[in-house]
Amino acid sequence: MTEELNPKFSFETLVVGAANRLAVTAARTVAESPGAAYNPLFVYSPTGLGKTHLLMAIGQLAKQLAPQARVEYLTIDEFVEAHHAAVAAGQSEALRSRYAQIDVLLVDDVQFLTHRREMQAELLRIVQELQAAGKQVVLTSDCPPADIEDLDDRLLSRFDAGLLVDIGPPDAETRLAILLRRSEERAAEFGAGVLQAVAEFEVPNVRELLGLLNKLVAYQAVSESPITPASARELLAGEVRTQAPMTTGPAPALTATGEPFAAPPSERPDEFADFLSDVAHTVEEQVEAWRSRLGEAIMRWEAEGYGTGRLERLLDQDVPVSLDRVLRQFERDVEQLRSMQATMAKIDAERAEDPVFYDPDRLDEVDQLVQTALHEVGPPPGPSAAWALSSFVIGESNKLAHNSAQAVVKQPGVRYNPLVLVGPTGVGKTHLLHAIGHELAAHPGAVVACLSAQQLIDELVEAINNERVDIWRTRYRRATAFLLDDAHLLTGQDRTQEEVFHLFNELFDSQRQLAFTMGRVPREVEGLDDRLVSRLEGGLVVNIPSPDRELRRSIVVRKLHEDVGAADEELADYLAARPAESIRSVVGLLQRVIVAAEAQGVAPSAALAREMVEGAAPARPRVSAAVRTSGIMISPSGGVRSREKMVWHWPDPAQRVIEEMA
Amino acid sequence: MSLVNFTTREITCKIVYYGPGRSGKTTNLQYIYGRVPDDRRGRMVSLATQTDRTLFFDFLPLELGSISGFTTRFQLYTVPGQVYYNATRKLVLQGADGVVFVADSQARQLEENVESLQNLQENLLAQGADARGMPFVLQYNKQDLPQDLVLSKEELDDALNFWGVPSFSAAALAGTGVFETLKAASELVLRKLSQEEPV
Repeated sequence: MTEELNPKFSFETLVVGAANRLAVTAARTVAESPGAAYNPLFVYSPTGLGKTHLLMAIGQLAKQLAPQARVEYLTIDEFVEAHHAAVAAGQSEALRSRYAQIDVLLVDDVQFLTHRREMQAELLRIVQELQAAGKQVVLTSDCPPADIEDLDDRLLSRFDAGLLVDIGPPDAETRLAILLRRSEERAAEFGAGVLQAVAEFEVPNVRELLGLLNKLVAYQAVSESPITPASARELLAGEVRTQAPMTTGPAPALTATGEPFAAPPSERPDEFADFLSDVAHTVEEQVEAWRSRLGEAIMRWEAEGYGTGRLERLLDQDVPVSLDRVLRQFERDVEQLRSMQATMAKIDAERAEDPVFYDPDRLDEVDQLVQTALHEVGPPPGPSAAWALSSFVIGESNKLAHNSAQAVVKQPGVRYNPLVLVGPTGVGKTHLLHAIGHELAAHPGAVVACLSAQQLIDELVEAINNERVDIWRTRYRRATAFLLDDAHLLTGQDRTQEEVFHLFNELFDSQRQLAFTMGRVPREVEGLDDRLVSRLEGGLVVNIPSPDRELRRSIVVRKLHEDVGAADEELADYLAARPAESIRSVVGLLQRVIVAAEAQGVAPSAALAREMVEGAAPARPRVSAAVRTSGIMISPSGGVRSREKMVWHWPDPAQRVIEEMA
Repeated sequence: MSLVNFTTREITCKIVYYGPGRSGKTTNLQYIYGRVPDDRRGRMVSLATQTDRTLFFDFLPLELGSISGFTTRFQLYTVPGQVYYNATRKLVLQGADGVVFVADSQARQLEENVESLQNLQENLLAQGADARGMPFVLQYNKQDLPQDLVLSKEELDDALNFWGVPSFSAAALAGTGVFETLKAASELVLRKLSQEEPV
């Protein structure tokens, strides 16, 4: 039932021109990856234009690439015949199961299904079955499916769902190429310009063109004088169904005058004409190469599901385009689409499948869509309003840290990246970190993530529980700056460390600012992953020691100005003279003096402070077993945690400080 | 110089015939000139000395007409072969799209051939071009001389064709091999079209 594939009909022997380029490229794609690209592939054209050749070429290439593949070529007549024979022998099922095992089914001359409803149903069933199994079906017909009379609608819609391509009659250049190839195959040699003259005949199909060649070959064999272009025209004029050769319009350069060039006074053949013909052939091949490359690119992207309107429009153009540039741009756009689609998929997998994500001509739209979605997800937590850079009191001890912070604000991501602020609790690390965040957030388009490590850990745990880790991650990865307070709390939190590590790399690579605060220098923090340690140490690590006397005095003076309107110099000197580990303890003591003074109805003074600190009952030990006056808790596990920092959502921190102090 | 201009739809190929003195470069051009129909050839410019040695260079423009919508022109140049005209050779070589090296097949000229080939390579390198990347063909001329005087194509291939480029036997005076060489060079030049980013 199945015809052998004719080895002569391969892609190599197929002459490709503008009229069949699309069909050939589609056919090649199908042969290279059966079932994956266009299924079914439906090729239609008037007779004699190479449909059968194409079908067989598909079969041969598919077989060549996958020798174990079952490839079957059959005409509709054979199909009908085999069906009738099987029915007569009671072997219908055997025939069906035989079809089901085919990997590539090539069906020729589908137009003969006209008025054969039963066979149509049978073919429909086979096509459905093969398609469902991912097998390839290729069909040809002499007209588009819609023009096949009385064709089952289901079959019609199935054909329409695949790829429909047509093959037009060959143009002059293709006709010449075909003639050159065929005469070469037959070792027939003609004088210069003869084949060009034949190619000028606008024959409706390749078969008739080859008929002209046959006639020429036969004539040459019996003729005494060599055939000239003029004699070829004369000889063939009566043979051609359509009009005689075109005498107007752009003729091949070789025969621009309609006559061969005057032969030089020599017995040699016309070497120059021969040379010219060679050059013309090469130029044509090369110049037209862009069209075929473009066609292949279209096929490739279409097969991957991307819209190729932009490239298809170029195909209609006469003037060749700068193809490399166009294709590079297209590829870049597709990359961008993919990246945005990946982002969208993390937010909403369903929306990521919107067709717009497959159309490189709608990049702006896609960008807008993703931005909106990201906006819906919400920004990462930002810096607290309570800590401004202007309210950061500077002294000798924290000057370096302050200068580094200013450098970071001035050139984020460039100067010191990451910036790691290290120091004991209460020296102003958090203040400075949030202050940096504030300044960075003032940049247009800035998204500053500023939060404590504990908050990050808690968020991640919640995200894992809700299976929204991707969204959580996306939220941080769009940050233009990532500032993490108390990074030493990441100790032992392997998963969070891993996330921070990846986040670090991504932001760092795109020159976005990173800043961290820690109790100790990174290398001394146990339980922190080496890869994180090395990255943190690779930036600028600045130590903020306990406040020096000058700084303590400045703090007291500023606080007194803020709280009571005026600063008692003696009180400031007295409090500044007292050693303190942190700014927080200085402020704590001053607060107690202010409260005591208010209770007694007097202004806060050095005497009152001295009485509170040194007089009467011994002062409460500054550090109890668990609680400090500044609100610091020492956890049993040894880590220092700030109660304030453990609060997740803290609407108005400044207000809260005052309440606690009061 | 751009080989293909898609905007003006022009193709211009510059092919330079290179080789030692008296190897037959000008003869190649003269033969081509003689075979080109009048309406296709420009005036062949030849600046020669009294003794018919090329002093400056030969230039033969060929108008090939419209091919695939492109106005196609070939410009054929020869360089003076004599050692002392290197400045001229460099000048002519500038912007060449392809090179035909015309070697003298006589055994006693082998040394000159090798020197000229080295000189070509140096001059190309000085221009930032590489002979290996440039369309390049070899022609072994004067093969019509008595056999005991000339080296065979195989021998010359061994001695000169270390890049494995197309090579042709020729007798330029009689025209043998002249167009074959030109065709091969043209094809290589034109095939580069698709590899290069058009302007």
